[in-house]
Amino acid sequence: MKINYKGNIDLTIGAGGRAMNQLIHDLMLAEFDNEFLAQQGDQAILPPANGKLAFSTDSYVVSPLFFNGGDIGSLAINGTVNDLAAGGATPLYIAAGFIIEEGFPLAQLREIVKSMAKAAKTANVKIVTGDTKVVEKGKGDGIFINTSGIGVVENDWVATSPQTDDLVIINGAIGDHGMAIMSKRQGLNFASDISSDCAALNSLIASLAPYQKHIRIMRDPTRGGVSAVLNEWATFYNCSFEIDEEKLLVNESVRGLSEILGFDPLHIANEGKVMLVVAKDYADEICSLMKNHPLGQESRIIAKVNPASQVKVSMKTLFGGLRRVDWLNGEQLPRIC
Amino acid sequence: MKYIDEFRNSQVAKKLIENIQRKINPERKYNLMEFCGGHTHAIHRYGINQILPANIKLIHGPGCPVCVLPIPRIDQAIWLANQPDVILCSYADMLRVPGDKQDSLLKAKARGAQIQIVYSVLDALEIAKNQSDKMIIFFAIGFETTTPPTAHAILEAKKMGLDNFKVFCNHVLTPVAMTAILDDNEVNIDGFIGPSHVSIIVGSDAYREVAQEYQKPVVIAGFEPLDVLQSIEYLIDLINENKPDIINQYTRAVNPEGNLKAQEIIARVLEKRQQFSWRGLGQIAKSGLKIRQEYAHFDAEVYYNLPEFQSDDVKSCECPQILRGIKEPKDCKLFGKACTPENPMGACMVSSEGACAAAFQYSLISR
Amino acid sequence: MCLAIPTQIIELLDNQMAITSLSGVKKEISLALLMDEVKIGDYVIVHAGYALNRLDEDDARKTLAYFAELLNEENYNEIH
Repeated sequence: MKINYKGNIDLTIGAGGRAMNQLIHDLMLAEFDNEFLAQQGDQAILPPANGKLAFSTDSYVVSPLFFNGGDIGSLAINGTVNDLAAGGATPLYIAAGFIIEEGFPLAQLREIVKSMAKAAKTANVKIVTGDTKVVEKGKGDGIFINTSGIGVVENDWVATSPQTDDLVIINGAIGDHGMAIMSKRQGLNFASDISSDCAALNSLIASLAPYQKHIRIMRDPTRGGVSAVLNEWATFYNCSFEIDEEKLLVNESVRGLSEILGFDPLHIANEGKVMLVVAKDYADEICSLMKNHPLGQESRIIAKVNPASQVKVSMKTLFGGLRRVDWLNGEQLPRIC
Repeated sequence: MKYIDEFRNSQVAKKLIENIQRKINPERKYNLMEFCGGHTHAIHRYGINQILPANIKLIHGPGCPVCVLPIPRIDQAIWLANQPDVILCSYADMLRVPGDKQDSLLKAKARGAQIQIVYSVLDALEIAKNQSDKMIIFFAIGFETTTPPTAHAILEAKKMGLDNFKVFCNHVLTPVAMTAILDDNEVNIDGFIGPSHVSIIVGSDAYREVAQEYQKPVVIAGFEPLDVLQSIEYLIDLINENKPDIINQYTRAVNPEGNLKAQEIIARVLEKRQQFSWRGLGQIAKSGLKIRQEYAHFDAEVYYNLPEFQSDDVKSCECPQILRGIKEPKDCKLFGKACTPENPMGACMVSSEGACAAAFQYSLISR
Repeated sequence: MCLAIPTQIIELLDNQMAITSLSGVKKEISLALLMDEVKIGDYVIVHAGYALNRLDEDDARKTLAYFAELLNEENYNEIH
């Protein structure tokens, strides 16, 4: 019997019997297709790795599920790939857990699974094990996905403390992902062409291998945006950062929506950006190298490292003034005043 | 962004600053109050306060309706949200504002109250149309800018016969609040940077009393940084010449008489209250608006027998002095310690436009 | 207070509504508060879903001309 993708997830599928087995077999196994998943055990048995392991997990609860530039599926793969890559690891294997609400359209599930398969292929990772649960109507928000990933740190790169005068590089415009989601949020009703930057960064980061020893730290600025990463680093490494507003790139429509809603792009989530603290003398070379990569064409130096200060992150404004850049306070909510 | 970016040019800013520097009398201080939170925000966001000469002091006024709404009105909004079959529609700005015992709409939402963030009162009308089994209450707040949309929505609701749409009206008036601040003897203000968008509605002539009776110059200023700088230059001129005039810098949007149609819509639907309480400033006569008897059918205060709540502002909070420009945020011992944007104790920390919140978020003072 | 920004009218709709655009971000807004007739291409200042006023482009240009003068430039928009 074939799955009818015009239907919806129901509790028969959730019961773990034949229906669930068929769904996993026909959809997940077929799409994610690889030799480890094909073992069909409750675990994936993986070959020995050549180096230290990096291990990361993240849960994806985005609403809406489909947005310009991506969907919850590609986000769930790229997010975990990026978390591994920003630790200097080569991402290898992903585990995927689905929590699906009763009534969820099977066609959408298929679309999400296909999107995950495509993202995994692009990022060169394998989805080697997984789990699917169905919860009663009203106990979930359509679908939640958890992904966990394993990578290997082949060259023993480790994050080290930023030094005074080091520079901070980012691979392009900020705020695209958060604003792509926000413009589609129910109740706001904005139409825009803002597209999420959702992408796997591992190949961009891998291309920087020749400069590895000059890279102190890397991080993907997701929720909380660039300001959260810099504030976190300043606190953890006991230093401070000064952003140069003139160097920040914010796409025109993201700027527009930020103006309308009263948002600061420094606080808005990205899903295809990586920030690196690098030694000053190599910053230009690293930046040029990044520009050669399709995901790094707009790479730029946006900030510098200063000694620890009471003000952890500041920004030289376009006006030549200096202002503090704080953490985001609570969830970013649209303002009318 | 046309008509935005041109007003953010840093080279022009340098020239305007040079003008200001040339014009100031180094022997004296210039205490300028920007009434509006929008200006407060722009001043901090662009670091304007740091590039001005040191003897120009910018005092951040009470022009943030989110900040000045008194605690009992928040408590009433929470009460309304908790009534059966109600969806309370609110601008997102209000969600985190603390009521009594630090309760808020955001917390009420977490406990199960149906609270919907809207960008416009039109969205609330739309919800009322689509969900006739629910009572839709719009939590109306704001100065004259936000008031005409509320009044218009009530007219629309009447036209459509939307019985399930109510408004909890908390609109307040700007010029009255300015004079109330000036009535305080301790206050030391040499001139006002006047509201941008409020003035689109009320017109630049609305500040006659401030200028003539209180002898304070007012420059209506746009919200972009060059607008603010040019307005400061104009204010310095007026103060130096001792001329309590009104100058309109924001000519591209504001005219002397304001938006008469919007004024008419407001007057048709709303009327002044005898008294309205402001967080940090206390009772101010004729400073708030309520829904006229004719439209009482849409008034949540009438429809629901709204209980009165009693709660005072936090005692050691210096907001009353800060809103009048007598003290600065750093003079308050709660600032940045017990009182932060995540856990605001007083009016000035409540919204990102409040004086303390802007200082906390943007300025380099220690906290 | 009062976040309000100049946006351009790109489409007029029934019932005193219009679609405005700012840098490609489009939003349906109400024109019910406007005194003047507006047409496609005009800029209006929008706050909380309502146009509060038509932006006077001549006055805007006068302010900008003054800025240009400060910089000793002929055309301000070009230096920007």
